[in-house]
Amino acid sequence: MNEFVERQIGLRWPRAVRRSYEVVIVGGGGHGLATAYYLATRHGITDVAVLERDYIGGGNSGRNTTVIRANYGIPDAVNFYQRSVDLYAGLEEEFGRAVMHSTRGVLWLAHSEATLRGERARAALNTACGAETVFVGPDEIGTICPQIDLTGGGTYPVLGGTYHPRGATARHDRVVWGYAEGAMRLGVHVHQGVGVTGLHRDGGRVVGVETTAGRIDAGVVVSAVGGHATVLASMAGVVLPIRTHPLQAAVTNHYAPILDPIVASADLLVYISQTPRGEFLFGAEIDRQASYSRRSGHDILALCARRVTTLMPFTRQLRILRQWTGSCDMSPDYSPIMGVTGTDGFLITTGWGTWGFKAIPAGGEALAETIATGRPAPLIAPFGLDRFERDRTRADRGSAGTH
Amino acid sequence: MSFRITCPVCGARSSTEFRYGGEVPENWREVWRRDNPEGPCRERWYHEFGCRRWLTLVRDTRTDEILSYE
Repeated sequence: MNEFVERQIGLRWPRAVRRSYEVVIVGGGGHGLATAYYLATRHGITDVAVLERDYIGGGNSGRNTTVIRANYGIPDAVNFYQRSVDLYAGLEEEFGRAVMHSTRGVLWLAHSEATLRGERARAALNTACGAETVFVGPDEIGTICPQIDLTGGGTYPVLGGTYHPRGATARHDRVVWGYAEGAMRLGVHVHQGVGVTGLHRDGGRVVGVETTAGRIDAGVVVSAVGGHATVLASMAGVVLPIRTHPLQAAVTNHYAPILDPIVASADLLVYISQTPRGEFLFGAEIDRQASYSRRSGHDILALCARRVTTLMPFTRQLRILRQWTGSCDMSPDYSPIMGVTGTDGFLITTGWGTWGFKAIPAGGEALAETIATGRPAPLIAPFGLDRFERDRTRADRGSAGTH
Repeated sequence: MSFRITCPVCGARSSTEFRYGGEVPENWREVWRRDNPEGPCRERWYHEFGCRRWLTLVRDTRTDEILSYE
């Protein structure tokens, strides 16, 4: 973030790290900052510190593809993500800042009979749970998005799909900064460049964190880290069912703004959107091997290019501008893991896999409520870590667009 | 020999209608345990598009550098 932007959005950085806070949140990404924001604005809890080892929004909050949608595969998830869609739609009013929220609609394509049946079920389930999703045929798809080659290059004809009209995008940095600004205005401390190196425990309870800026005592420690959730949780004696996988994405050079909806294909395993700057943004599935590396490679570009140009042949004219990699904490059931952990004084928000950005508002709101009331917020009660122990996993094939 | 199992949805049914999923482990953590190490990780790879043999190696998950082969 440069000085110009900082002046524009008026971030009030704290002068010094206090030795004690009621709540210490580790990780200054969207989820950590949103949790702090809702603690301050909804529950009057402002004795809060957010510790970020690098700069805010520089981890996975800055490495995603900014898709906002609620067309998930199980009722608990549809309810949760619909809340996020609603909160995102009101975020500019909430912050008094532009976050470049843009309702684009999400088009989900099926190229096989089996996928078509899945999409029909998705539309029925989403509608029943209050998230608008309609089943559409090739003609309607052609009307909604004339840029798609409905023959799929001859190999992948578009048989139908679903349309989720409230799907949207927003500018990831502005979302992060908006939450940070709002939280800091109410007295929350956001410390950049402060890394957590250990946890302090008293008996079983987590009572503070050891940081590069010294020891900080805490009533509650919240792990909102992405990519290192396993490492931090293990310091609290918590075993997470998480594997960290790289996910790559890329953008092309700028092009006239022509592509309105976000387009995903459940068979080709690719998603495409056009950014407000005109870049075509695309991604595919996660790298197969677990890894903390954030290197990108040519193999995924070649894979994506083949898929993108199959759906939209005109994109052959475009050139790759840049690519990047984020770290996805994959849960075994593709649902998030939020709330208490079995270790007193230590809460988590993780398992955000490839679907973390869209969950920021609802995730922060629900986790703040959980911290403030001491009880799991109803919206996230199904997503507790204890579900694995209780054999109540929440397998959701709709969570990632591409698996 | 088959026997009857009471399904919570369908009621009492022949065990031939079920697939056996194996013993329930004592500790769920062994089922869902993911060490997810940051650093050296001993792992198996299957050479699918080559000789179709399994091999074991140690890879540093911070860099993807292969440290050793077994």
